[in-house]
Amino acid sequence: MSVLASPGDERRTKPRIGLFVTCLVDLMRPSVGFAAVKLLEDAGCAVHAPVQTCCGQPGFNSGDRGTARDLAERTIAAFEEFDYVVAPSGSCAGMIRAHYPELFDDDPNWLPRANALAAKTYELTSFLVDVMGVTRVDAAFSGTVTYHDSCSGLRELGVRTQPRSLLASMEGVTLVELNESDVCCGFGGTFAVKYSDISGAIVNAKAKHVTETGAPVLLAGDLGCLMNMAGKLSRDGRTIEVRHVAEVLAGMTDEPAIGAAKDPRSA
Amino acid sequence: MTVHTTSPQFKKNAARALGDAQLQKALSNVKQGFIDKRQKAADKLPEFEALRDSARDIKNHTLRHLDLYLEAYESKVKASGGHVHFARNAEEARDIILGICRDAGARTVTKGKSMISEEIGINHHLEANGIRPVETDLGEYIIQLRNEMPSHIIAPAVHLNATQVEQDFRRVHKHLDAKRDLSEPVQLLTEARAVLRERFLAADVGITGANFLVAETGTSIIVTNEGNGDLTQILPKTHIVLASIEKLVPTLEDVSQLLRVLARSATGQELSAYTTFSTGPRRPTDADGPDNYHVVILDNGRSAMLGTNFEEMLRCIRCGACMNHCPVYHAVGGHAYGWVYPGPMGAVLTPSLIGVDKAGHLPNASTFCGRCESVCPVRIPLPKLMRHWREREFERHLMPATVRSSVKLWGYFAKRPALYRFATRIAMGTLGFVGRSKGRFKWLPMAKGWTKYRDFPAPQGETFQARWQRERKGRTA
Repeated sequence: MSVLASPGDERRTKPRIGLFVTCLVDLMRPSVGFAAVKLLEDAGCAVHAPVQTCCGQPGFNSGDRGTARDLAERTIAAFEEFDYVVAPSGSCAGMIRAHYPELFDDDPNWLPRANALAAKTYELTSFLVDVMGVTRVDAAFSGTVTYHDSCSGLRELGVRTQPRSLLASMEGVTLVELNESDVCCGFGGTFAVKYSDISGAIVNAKAKHVTETGAPVLLAGDLGCLMNMAGKLSRDGRTIEVRHVAEVLAGMTDEPAIGAAKDPRSA
Repeated sequence: MTVHTTSPQFKKNAARALGDAQLQKALSNVKQGFIDKRQKAADKLPEFEALRDSARDIKNHTLRHLDLYLEAYESKVKASGGHVHFARNAEEARDIILGICRDAGARTVTKGKSMISEEIGINHHLEANGIRPVETDLGEYIIQLRNEMPSHIIAPAVHLNATQVEQDFRRVHKHLDAKRDLSEPVQLLTEARAVLRERFLAADVGITGANFLVAETGTSIIVTNEGNGDLTQILPKTHIVLASIEKLVPTLEDVSQLLRVLARSATGQELSAYTTFSTGPRRPTDADGPDNYHVVILDNGRSAMLGTNFEEMLRCIRCGACMNHCPVYHAVGGHAYGWVYPGPMGAVLTPSLIGVDKAGHLPNASTFCGRCESVCPVRIPLPKLMRHWREREFERHLMPATVRSSVKLWGYFAKRPALYRFATRIAMGTLGFVGRSKGRFKWLPMAKGWTKYRDFPAPQGETFQARWQRERKGRTA
């Protein structure tokens, strides 16, 4: 297909994906976004990243429904033209899929649009497996990894087996299950700052479980949780490599791990 | 106000709890015991998820017609020879109970476990009026000796260990041999039973709570594991049932459905050891039972929740599964919440009952991990209801100004994509450049809460959108 093909041609051949890159990936770790692009393109999708900011979740969860709705309206308008919306995050995908309809439940103008967007929005790994039918990925990564199930992906979207099945399809990867992998890491967005003592205690327990696996690599599907766990592990002097699962699945692990130095000697 | 609250000092309470090594050890037991047992019980029952739907529907139906069921229940209780008293608030409930106790000439009152009795602070009221209340549930008995509140709705003394209980028993049970061996938990249990047996026999009035009030029959139902509830309601001449309005259930058939999810969700039992039905006073043909049967039905703010965002909270059947699965409860325990009801259910209910101005921290102190909702037997969307409280607080400017302004500032940028891209490009470029060599920050201005416990990973520098524009110009839609 030509790079210059019009959207009309493209729609007939490939599903058009609006990549909701999420603000954390946009700002903190763009390499996760590019890993998502590679995985989606390898799966036969045409990937687009329209101008975007935030899904509105910080406002929504802080009780600022007005700001949340403003941002949700912008997101709906920016993404409704695509066949699917995919985010490398269960949290942001969950916001659109599970909470946009709730956010507009009293607004007959926006509700159908919110529902329509919700119905075609997916977390990355579940989209690859459940919608695109991807059963294996070919990526150069070998080693033992452990995996944390981020709360929103797990409980709002049912993301659990999908990342595991993709990891299992990689020849060099061995997954060691994390004890209490389904328990929150203590991030919780603004919770981590507002109730830092409690958040610190929860991530302390999580870091202990991670260390107990003996795995040198920790993966998860949400950058907020990953930054929380990586920050705790590095504060404790652990050398565990923390990455978004998309980086490993895409074989894009050249960038230093989350919180790791460019040059390990200067850490 | 009902009983004293320290909810406004939640943060301080939490910090103290986090530094309490004994409490932390006790809390690790909550984590292990309850969760596995519930899971096993749920796995063994193929229709468990369907029963949760049905339990939700039964409660929803009842709440929708609560006035009718309350009236039906009242007439059935009256027909069986009992009395029903409606109390609008804690004060009225206390006065009604004190009046009944006085009429009975009561000096000692035994009590089965009841969270409503904690809510109205009945023990202090009775004591202040010369009547001795005696808690007969072992956990409640222990915390009564310590003058504490329950730290869990079904395991009130879960914050304590056996050594602490031994010390309390030695301090209070002075009439017993000081050299007695209390090193085994079973010895503590035996001692409590012996002490309580005398109280049961001496009691003039017995007060129990109710897990359900059945409109069809005028029956009140309690579920217990110690049998203390039965002795409390059968031995004294007067039995007072103290319950809140949302305990109503239409029929015995409905109760049987709710019972199937209640014990499984709470302790992982199929049924608790005792499920006791009581309908009116003793009939001539009955072998035993009270001569006088009173039911005090408390509102205390609940009817004001009907028809609001918080109505769903009234489905709660008090199993405790939400707190058993809550990472915040696991970290700080029940007392940190500062009032009667801890954990996620407390975080929603407490602001309704004592005011969000006092209990505002509670619905905020949640990561919204959703584990509570995933185990709730009546499918209460607890995170959603906590979020509704946050909305009320935001509207009323009850949140810390820093939180409010941060959210607003973020919203300001996020609503202006061009400004957002410009500002984030500069900010991330700077942070990325400064943090490049180490890959993380040990300290950042404005993020002390974060960096107190963990490093802040440095951004890669260029934003995704900047790089996408640079690399894919002409390809984007």
